[in-house]
This record gives sequence, C-alpha cells and structure tokens, in this order.
Amino acid sequence: MDSTVLEIRDLSVHFETPRGKVHALRDLSLEIGPEETLGVAGESGSGESTLAYAIMRYLSPNGRITKGEILFMGENLLDKDKGELRRIWGNRIAMVYQDPKSSLNPSKRIGHQIAEVFQIHQSRPTKEAWDRMLGLLSLVNIPDPAFNAEKYPHQLSGGMQQRVIIAMALACGPSLLIMDEPTTGLDVTTQARIIELIDDLKRKVRASILYITHDLSVIAQVSDRVGILYAGELVEMGPVERVFHFPVHPYTKGLLGALPRIELEKQFKPIRGKLPDLTQIPSHCIFFPRCDYGEGICANQLPKLQRVEEGHLAKCFRWKEAFVARGEEVPLRPLREVRPPGQPILETDHVKKYYSETNYVARWLGFPIPDVKAVDDVSFHIGQGEVFALVGESGCGKTTLGRVVTKLLRPTAGKVLFYKRRPRREEIFLAHEFRRYVQIVFQHPDSSLNPMKKIGAIIERPLKLQGLSKAERSKSTRELLELVKLDPGYLERYPKQLSGGEKQRVAIARAFALNPEFIVLDEPVSALDVSIQASIITLLMELKASRDLSFLFISHDLSLVRHIADRIGVMYLGKLCELGEAEKIFTHPCHPYTKALLSSIPVPDPSISREAIRLEGSVPSAQNPPMGCRFHTRCPSKMGRICEETPPSFIPVGEDHWVACHIPLEQLQEATLSERIETQ
Amino acid sequence: MSGRNSLASLRENYRFFTQSRALAIGSSILAFIILVSMLGPVISLRATTEQHILERLQGPSLKYPFGTDQYGRDLLSRTLLGGRTSLILGVGAVTLGLILGIPIGLITGYFKGKTDEIVMRFMDILLSFPSLLMALLIITALGASMSHAMLAIGIANCPGISRIVRSATLSVRNEEFVPAAEARGESHLYIMASEIFPNILPPTIIEGTIRIGFAMLIGASLSFLGLGVQPPQADWGLMIRDSREYLFLSPWPLICPGTALGITIIGFNLFGDGLRDVIGGTE
Repeated sequence: MDSTVLEIRDLSVHFETPRGKVHALRDLSLEIGPEETLGVAGESGSGESTLAYAIMRYLSPNGRITKGEILFMGENLLDKDKGELRRIWGNRIAMVYQDPKSSLNPSKRIGHQIAEVFQIHQSRPTKEAWDRMLGLLSLVNIPDPAFNAEKYPHQLSGGMQQRVIIAMALACGPSLLIMDEPTTGLDVTTQARIIELIDDLKRKVRASILYITHDLSVIAQVSDRVGILYAGELVEMGPVERVFHFPVHPYTKGLLGALPRIELEKQFKPIRGKLPDLTQIPSHCIFFPRCDYGEGICANQLPKLQRVEEGHLAKCFRWKEAFVARGEEVPLRPLREVRPPGQPILETDHVKKYYSETNYVARWLGFPIPDVKAVDDVSFHIGQGEVFALVGESGCGKTTLGRVVTKLLRPTAGKVLFYKRRPRREEIFLAHEFRRYVQIVFQHPDSSLNPMKKIGAIIERPLKLQGLSKAERSKSTRELLELVKLDPGYLERYPKQLSGGEKQRVAIARAFALNPEFIVLDEPVSALDVSIQASIITLLMELKASRDLSFLFISHDLSLVRHIADRIGVMYLGKLCELGEAEKIFTHPCHPYTKALLSSIPVPDPSISREAIRLEGSVPSAQNPPMGCRFHTRCPSKMGRICEETPPSFIPVGEDHWVACHIPLEQLQEATLSERIETQ
Repeated sequence: MSGRNSLASLRENYRFFTQSRALAIGSSILAFIILVSMLGPVISLRATTEQHILERLQGPSLKYPFGTDQYGRDLLSRTLLGGRTSLILGVGAVTLGLILGIPIGLITGYFKGKTDEIVMRFMDILLSFPSLLMALLIITALGASMSHAMLAIGIANCPGISRIVRSATLSVRNEEFVPAAEARGESHLYIMASEIFPNILPPTIIEGTIRIGFAMLIGASLSFLGLGVQPPQADWGLMIRDSREYLFLSPWPLICPGTALGITIIGFNLFGDGLRDVIGGTE
C-alpha cells in the first residue's frame, strides 16, 4: 500500500528486567493513512507509550525490538542508523510528550526555542525564522504571539505550554505527529481547548496523527480510527463510530462499561481481575482470565485478528457471541439512594485557610508578601448519610479544604463543627474522639502506605490505638481485609508488591479500622485505571450503605461525581461558587463556571459533537486573587463593573441550591447547556 | 532456620554485594581490615610495647615483616593494633554524630517553621568551621585524650549529618502516609520514630559509612598533633607523628600506618558509594 504514512508490521518489543523479560508489545500491526488520526487507547501497562517510543526509536536501554517492521513512507525505520533517523525526527515525524513542563527548556524564551528549530546552530534568530515562529504561535491560537514569544516557559500556564510544544512539533511540517497523552494532567476546561485545537489543526495542517492516551472519552473526540491495546496486544481496531457504538471485543466493551457517564446513561461496572504479568505470556487469549464470554477454545489457543466488518478487526474467537450479548446491560441503578436529608453531621462556618510564605528576610525588609488564599470563606454542611462532593479544577483549594475538615490543617479563620450520632447527637470536642469519627483516604495509594511496613501492620495500627488486645486485633485485621475484598495472604506483603487498586483497598481498610462515621475521600480513584476505578467506587458505596456513613468526596471528575453525589459544591479559586443538590446542579447549572466545567467534560461517544464553553486565560494566582468575583477574569458572561468590584454572595435558586453570581437569576437559569445533560 | 534457607540468604547477600563494583571492592577491603585488626593480637608475634633498642629502625625482615620503629618495636603488631584504635575512633565518632544528628534532623524536618529556622541556622554556624578546627576547639576545652577526640569529631560531624537527615525527612514528610497517621491520632514522636525514621534510614546509613573514613582521617590528624590518642597506645596518626623525626633514617614507620590509613579510608568511601548506587537504584 502506497497510501499509508506509517505502517507497523508484527512489532514485538520486550524489556530486560531483573524479573525476566517483560513482553511489552507483541505482534502489533497497524497503519495510518495520510491526514488520518489514529487513536490508540490502553490502560497503564498496556504498552501504548512503548509503541510511541518504539516508533521514535527512543526505547530505554533495556528495551529490545525483537521482531517486525516500522515502515514510514515505505522505508523501514528499524534499518536506519542514528544519522538518518535524526533527519527524520522533527522533520518528518514529530512527537508531543505528556508533560509540557519538562519538554520545554526553562531557561529559554519560548520564541527562541521554537525559532531554533528552523536554524540549528545559530545564536540569534533570523528575521525569517522569527516570522515563521510567530506564524506557528498564531496557528496554535496563542494570543498576542509577539508578546508571548518573549516569555519563559514558567510564565505560561500548562495549557499554553502544551500549545507551544505542539507549535514546535509542527515547525518543520511533519507528515506524522505522535501525541503521547497530550492532555493528561491538564484541567478539564484546558483539555477541552487543546482538543479543540487538535481538531482545528487536523483541518489546517496536512499531517497524520497517532494519538495515544488512556482516556477513551478524548479518543472518541479526536480520532478517525481507534485501536484498543490490552497487555501489549491490539485487541480491536476500527473506525471510531463503529468501535464506540458497536464494540465487539469483550475488553473494549468492558472498558466502555467501566467509564462513568455524565449523561447517567448506564451503570458503570468494573472489569474483574487485573492486568496479567507480562513476563509470562500464556499460550491462550491474553484477556481470557478476565473475560465474561470465554470458553474452551479461548483457554487453549491464541486468537488472531478477525474481520468483523470492513476495516473493523477484533482479536477474539467469540466476538459474535460477545456482540450479541450487548442487549443485556445492567439497567441504571443509582449508586445513591434517594433519601430525605439527614441532620447535619458536619458544618463549616466561614472557613478560611491562608498560607503565609516563610520568607523572613523579605518580611524584615518590609516587603509585603500576600498570603496564598487557598480556601477563602467557605460555608457548607453535610447531612447524615450524605455524599457531598467538592468539585473543581486543580488549585481551587478543594484538597486544602478536605484537610481542614479532617483537622490536619488548622483553619486561619472560621469553624468546623462535627456532630456525632451515637449515643446521642452532640458536638465532638475531644481530639481523640474526633480522630475515631473522622477519617481520610488519600489520592495517591503509592504514597499513603508506608513502604517499610507490611500490610498487616498498616491495618492493625489504628486498632492498636484503640487498645484492642492482640487476638481481637488479628481478628479485626482479617475482617477488614475481607471487607475490602482482599485475601488474608496480603497481610504479610509490603505495599510495593501490590497494584494501585489493591493499595487503595488497603488504605480504605485502614480508614475503616477505627469505625468512623465520616470519611473524607480525597480523589480516591483518580490515580487508578478506569477498569479498577469502578470497583473501588462500588466498594466505597457498598460500605457507606452498610455502615450508614457520610462522605466528603473530593474530585475533579464530574462524570463520576454525577453517579454518586447527593449534594455538590463547586469551587473556584478558594471560594464556593455553586452549592446544592447534585441533581439540580447537573441538570440546571446556574453559575457560569459550573456551566463551563460541565460543558468541557469529554463524552466517550464520537457522535456527540461537543460545544465546550470556552474559558479564556488561565486561573489567576491565589496569592493575588481578582477583586470582586474571583471568576470575573475568565467569565464568558461578565456583566461589568459590579463583577470586578463586589464579591457576590450566595443567593438561593431553589430549595437547597445556591449560587454566588451577580447575574440576575432568570438569566442564569436559561438553559444554555446542550441537551445531553438533561437525561431521564 | 533450615540449611537451605541460610544458603539462599547467603546467595542473596552475595548478589547484593556484587551488584556494584565499588560496593564489592569496598566491602572486601573493609572486611579484610576489620578482620585483621580485630585479630591483631593473635596474628602479631610480639607485644606492641616490647622494645628491642638494638634492632631499632630496621627495614622489613623475616623477624619483623614490616620493620621496626625508633624504639625497636615491631611495626606489624603496632600497625594492626593501631588499626583497631583508628577504627574504634572513626566508628565511635560517627555513631556519636548520628546519635546527635538524627534527632536534630528529624525534629527540624518534621516540625519545620521556627524551630527549624533557629536550629538549622545554629547548625550552619557549626558547619562553617572546618571540622578539624572545630575538633581542636573542643579538645582545647576538654583536654587531650582518645575519648575526647571521639567526642570532638562526633560533634563536628553532627551538623552535616543533621542536614542530610533533615532533607530526607522533608521529602518523606510530604508522603501521604504522614497525614494518614496524623488523621488517626498518632503522636508526633510515633510518627517521627515509626513512620518517618525507617524511610530515612537508607540515606542516613550511606552518609554514615562515608563519614567514617573522614572521621578516621581527622582522628589521625588530631593524634598527629598530639591531641588525640596518647602514647604508648598504638594509633596510626600517632605512629606517623613519631616517625617524622626519623623519616630519613627509615621510611617504614611512616609507610606502614600511612598506607593502612589510606586503604581503610578508600575502603569506606567505596563501600558508601557502592551502597548508594545499589540502594539508590532500587528505590
């Protein structure tokens, strides 16, 4: 075929490790046509980054390409030496990496960095290179290119940095652009803008794109065709509409089913089991141990890619059965039950948390250093048995607020009041009592378990604090492990021997050991893969129901929050901007920021065209927040002076629904949201 | 433990030490030096204070493998015994430095804020003195003896060690298991001792081993100046001091302790560097 830009044939890669050979990619074949965007999706460890690095020949020193061909414009890249490759890299194949911060040279102005691409080995950019650079900056929609070109990378926000990286990749007009998780780590509103940009570039620049990510929703938005990777094998491949609407491989189906949908379309459910150990490759279907449709042949033979329809392939023996079975989806069973609001178990009263910089020299010299206003005057309550979700983008202060609530941080001003229920409702005053009633589960399972301690010791410690005897402790430890669905064999293991999901289960068991009534969940699943996320959430909700607990759920993932929250609070730059019953906020958001946030969420459905409300600029510094309404610098419906001068106060919209905005209510309530939010 | 188990653990140890060339060489040197100086009195033929005035300042011979010094004492025996003194001085001083430095580093790194600011500025002042000068000051105040030398070197080592411990503590403190411990109501003491300390142990051990070599060097310098180990005890620094006057008559009293000191310090440094490569690589 002449019409392909990139063709990969039977590519196999393994890594030499002390544990043995890790077969990261096996017999992978794919092709990308001219001006086509191929999305490759896979969970962590499925080999998607290895693929990108193999094409760029950037594999780490222990990586070996054992088999296959990588044909770029008909030439095998694997036969080329370093000199020939260098002529191809950058020039004809360019790559956009995940972390924009580390891909830019922090000591060079961005304009010079980009212009450098046109004229290697010259210190001052020529007029021509400079002009071309300005053209690139405007191509990637960087406002005022001449002004921004003089900035250093740290002066730009993450989204702008990623635009610069993309501009750099486009500099020499490559035929192939490899994008490795270009929006991971960016906020959802920024991500929406970058996806918009990529969409725009696809029309303007005649390049093929290989788009690699773990996020199916993003893939659905950007690609023409998709490939689904699992444990180093391409299990399904086809046009984006076909794969998303009619997935045939059980893994693709499972992955799509595990994704919480903002439209509340259906229940999300986990894929059972975990990723296989890639040092030992079985001689049967790699997905068989986790598959719902497997039978005899799947356990004995290795499936080949089979043709489902024109251009749609699946590596499955029983794809027909799996396809037919698609009718029996679990009907939507809300994870939360509708219940009358309970009495408040927690109240925060005008809580503020300011961080002051400990720069003694500057203070002595009399330089004013404003405090970082991480949380600024936040009041809300959480009822008994409720899941209250605190949502917002990174840096909005939600994690700080979570730690103030658990009294890990002392508020600068304001009060946090807790009431216990048993034996009777009263406020908790004593510190040791408080520690039993309120627990917290952290975001990073890797860092929340002490690597030097065994799982048994980690779970047992809180019980010891309660003064239980040794026999009682060992009994309870086992019960707790059982509660989080881990077997007793884990007691003797160290955290590093566990997977991310298992570690998070241990962290949950530890939090439950004190038998708390209120738990703060600080992004408990955001570090986990989609297929595992669902199982952790299900576990948490089951535990909540069986023990009648209340949760403060901190998250940036609104799709997930939609499934579990009873009430939510939307935070922006240290302040709550909208607060109330979750259902009302999701269906009738009032605050412009909430609307923008909701509209930015990517949906794993290629047929839904998205119209994200654009937020201009970047989040201002919490050290010098804007006067008046904090959101006014980016608000698409800013009214004028009043927004810049007077901070808005909460006004009731309906029963248990408040919004902090100057815009008249009638105007706010106008349905500006697309219909997709209004289901049911 | 069964025989197979101990064999397996032996193999494990072997693999650990051969992971890095520096570690393998360093640990071999140290093992040899420690073995020989501990077995010193058994190996050596003569008592270290036995004088043979007629056979003074001799070169190596069958009777005296390393030669003799100006009093006709056997240099082999004295070098072996001197090694023991130097090792004890070095290890003792660093242990003392660790005992002082670890709590200081842990507390300042854990509490941060004002405590940290005040204590660390004081440590900076201590750190700004060269360690030898620092040790000299302390010895002048306390008087010259081996135990005072050990104390002085220990105190001189404390600021450096506490800096290393503090920076390790600062990074461990950011891990989420620390607030998790706070959230279940643990005391500060428990968090420092049981949650943070095990995690800062590896870098601290590495730092300690490298410092032993330097501590021995300072110990030798003090003895050389007559402020450390006192005669007639055998010590490498002291031996070098004594040899100085007779240097042109016989170099052996200088060469033996000097070489031994050099090899031991290289051993400790290689061992420490190798340990850093191995432990640093797996974390």
